[in-house]
Amino acid sequence: MLNYILRRLGAGLLLLAVVTAVTFWIFYVLPKWAGVTPRGMAAMYVGKAPTPEALDATVARLGLDKPVIVQFFDFLKSLFFGDQFQFGRETVECAAPCLGYSFSTNSPVLEQLLSRLPITVSLALGAAVIWLVGGVAVGVLSAVKKGSLFDRLAMGTALVGVSLPIYFTGLLALAFLVHDWKLFPLPRYTPLTEDAGAWFTAMILPWLTLAFLHAAQYARQTRAGMLEVLGEDYIRTARAKGLSERKVIFKHALRPALTPILTIFGLDLGLVLGGAILTEKVFSLKGVGAYAIDAIIGKDLPVVLGVTLLGAVFIVVCNLIVDLLYPIVDPRVRVAG
Amino acid sequence: MRKRTLGFVALGAAASIFLSACGGGDSTEGGSADQGAFNQGATEVVNPSDKTGGTLRYAISSDFDSTDPGDTYYGFSWNFSRYYARTLLAFTPAPAEASTELTTDLAAALPEPNEDFTEWTVQIQEGLKYEDGSEITAQDIKYGIARSNYNGGELPNGPRYFESHLKQETFNVYEVEDPLETFTAIETPDDHTLVFHLKKSFSEFPYILTQPQTTPVPVDADRGALYKENVLSSGPYKFNGKYEPGVKLDLVRNEHWDAATDPIRPALPDEITVELGVDQNEIDQRLINGEIDVDLSGIGVGPAMKSQLVTDEDAQANLDNPFSGALRYVNIHTPVIEDASCRQAIMYAADRDSLHRAWGGESGGDIATNLLPPTISGSNPESDLYPSTDNKGDLEAAQAKLEECGEDEGFSTNIAVREGRENDVATAEALQESLKRVGIELEIKTFPAEDFFAQYAGSQDYVRENDIGLSVSGWIPDWATGYGFASKITDGDAIQATGNYNMAELDDPEVNELWDQALATEDPDERADLYGQIDTLVMEQAAIMPVVFDRAMFYRSDELTNVYYTSSYAMYDFMALGVDRG
Repeated sequence: MLNYILRRLGAGLLLLAVVTAVTFWIFYVLPKWAGVTPRGMAAMYVGKAPTPEALDATVARLGLDKPVIVQFFDFLKSLFFGDQFQFGRETVECAAPCLGYSFSTNSPVLEQLLSRLPITVSLALGAAVIWLVGGVAVGVLSAVKKGSLFDRLAMGTALVGVSLPIYFTGLLALAFLVHDWKLFPLPRYTPLTEDAGAWFTAMILPWLTLAFLHAAQYARQTRAGMLEVLGEDYIRTARAKGLSERKVIFKHALRPALTPILTIFGLDLGLVLGGAILTEKVFSLKGVGAYAIDAIIGKDLPVVLGVTLLGAVFIVVCNLIVDLLYPIVDPRVRVAG
Repeated sequence: MRKRTLGFVALGAAASIFLSACGGGDSTEGGSADQGAFNQGATEVVNPSDKTGGTLRYAISSDFDSTDPGDTYYGFSWNFSRYYARTLLAFTPAPAEASTELTTDLAAALPEPNEDFTEWTVQIQEGLKYEDGSEITAQDIKYGIARSNYNGGELPNGPRYFESHLKQETFNVYEVEDPLETFTAIETPDDHTLVFHLKKSFSEFPYILTQPQTTPVPVDADRGALYKENVLSSGPYKFNGKYEPGVKLDLVRNEHWDAATDPIRPALPDEITVELGVDQNEIDQRLINGEIDVDLSGIGVGPAMKSQLVTDEDAQANLDNPFSGALRYVNIHTPVIEDASCRQAIMYAADRDSLHRAWGGESGGDIATNLLPPTISGSNPESDLYPSTDNKGDLEAAQAKLEECGEDEGFSTNIAVREGRENDVATAEALQESLKRVGIELEIKTFPAEDFFAQYAGSQDYVRENDIGLSVSGWIPDWATGYGFASKITDGDAIQATGNYNMAELDDPEVNELWDQALATEDPDERADLYGQIDTLVMEQAAIMPVVFDRAMFYRSDELTNVYYTSSYAMYDFMALGVDRG
């Protein structure tokens, strides 16, 4: 078992290295192919007076003229061994794992990520609970009562949920529930440790908005999975044995139907933890996603690298956890493993 | 107090669905009597009051370019930084054009020039203090100017007026042993006197002294690019905790600030908060609901809310629609379209009426037929060298001009616009349509907005190699005089290889001579006269085709006191604002 975990972690690290390399490549090599010079790149960071002198100074300061491979290893070096940065006459120590300083705001990337992480984690976990529990429950009920009014209503709503983008449902919720009818307070993040009540009320709308989209998907998948399993021979056997319907559904049918759901859940949760860009932007939450999109628009490489790495870490970790959970959910995997 | 539910707008930029739930269900009349009238804040003080206290709440969809007064070039940053950063001189705190008069801030009196305006002496007041109680000295102001102009690219955002006018070899404050000793262009004979030595005559030098770069910074306090996290305050407010980029900035009162030394800041609120990175629709909605007080950006409400407000009867008294100070125009690149007659043909053939509509018509701005905006002295908005019936264009005159330059059948060229700037694109399309009438074919080329000046339309090589004959851009003055507005876009000396703003590359000896003459002229009225002449010459050369002097739409909250529009920053005067929550 330990061997397995170590192997998976090793593969995860390799994946992170590849993700970093690809991000570097997109950032430096693609523009070069499009004919952008180091000066052209520097123009992003010199404000309204991009004189040749200012451009050259910025190229030198950010090291934009160094070969990509050198910059890549510089990045890895500071990630593992830390680095020093010069601001004015001050030398600032950036301890490992050092993700550097933002090109445009000069704030340390790691510190920024860590300060924004609680917001994104609050958003992701809360929404995940809602969409997983809600989606699966509705899916099971729909499968069991296939063809009923509930089933049709639930699947109809799910179709709507899957089709509506977050910036639509989110803005709609804000416009009516917050601004017009004032049923909810304006979502302004308060740390859980400071005021649990305020934290909860602020997060409800973002949670529901984000969860609506995913829950719809989970309900449809659970329903399909359940229907398939319910048609299997062993279910008929279980029923023939005289097991209660409750046992048949929850013990024999739901568990195998959950396995694929769990797989997607691992990926989805990992993705959302890496930043729910649309939800955060719509509700003006200052999470990792908002940080990421601002950095991408501003071509702020250190920040882009930081959020990409963080997102990749979450996906790797969530997947690993899910893989470890399989045997618990589905006993058949245990026998096979 | 009056609150209003105006429904809401813009359910999605992509879907651009407008739903309107106009109700006014919770609007109750009453409270303070004087609530202003349409556009009242553009010319006078609305809700005058000296009531102190409360929290003044700002929000903005973007962020400061920097909170460091030595590293900023955004208009709203300049306006806002005055809360914590005092400068040598300041603009008079008064509505509209009166605000363009200079007054003192840290200085004891306006600066004295020598006879040819190459040397300026200014005294600062005694007993001025920072937030830590230490004294503000002339040396600190000198260092503030040094670090913001000679920093090896570490503080890249600000303008470089001092660098281009001071008689100084370039250097890097962070690399030399003693920056104050190396920086010889400014002398400090004692702790309260500064003497500036310039390369050549510059009669408008005092305007530069209003810029945030003249904020004092002690050498020991300077942390380079990190200084913006917590600026050492010289004004009535100081940072309450670090500035968090993309998140917030909070200010509280600075107890060491002395109101008696400060002629421009009533400092009414006790606290000031800024929320950064808030969605524009949300800002507009909260502004109207009274949940924030001011949109920090100073460019007015977003397009969705604007279209709703202009038709809302109830909202009219809360709206101001002043000139934004900007000219929207089309550059006619002289190196590509070399013959002046060909350029004049474009001026004649343009349908100004359709160009005006491309800019949103009446509430979007006024049709411009000259260079200098009406808010600048020397401007003559009545002049029109290329008149036509109903502003539809004079095709006969255009044809005659084409024959004069030997292009009877017309010609073809490219017009550059910034991606995502809807009005700019609409302008190019309207021009394309109108020029087609005389056989001038335009192909519209869009470029990324952030690289537009550095790599494309503002790059001499690119323009020549790619036959970019025209480009659409806009210009806002750094200060409200003819020089502050137009020198960078019409003076031959301002042409640069990249990052060029004189995009037409107009290098007319007569215009250049007039600029030099203006800078050696003491009397502002005489200077205004020279600027008027330059305006006419640029129009004759047909290097710039003015489109509109645009207008902004501001929503003025009922809870704000002392609200007025200042021409010097082309937005509300932030320093004057207070809150009265009734």
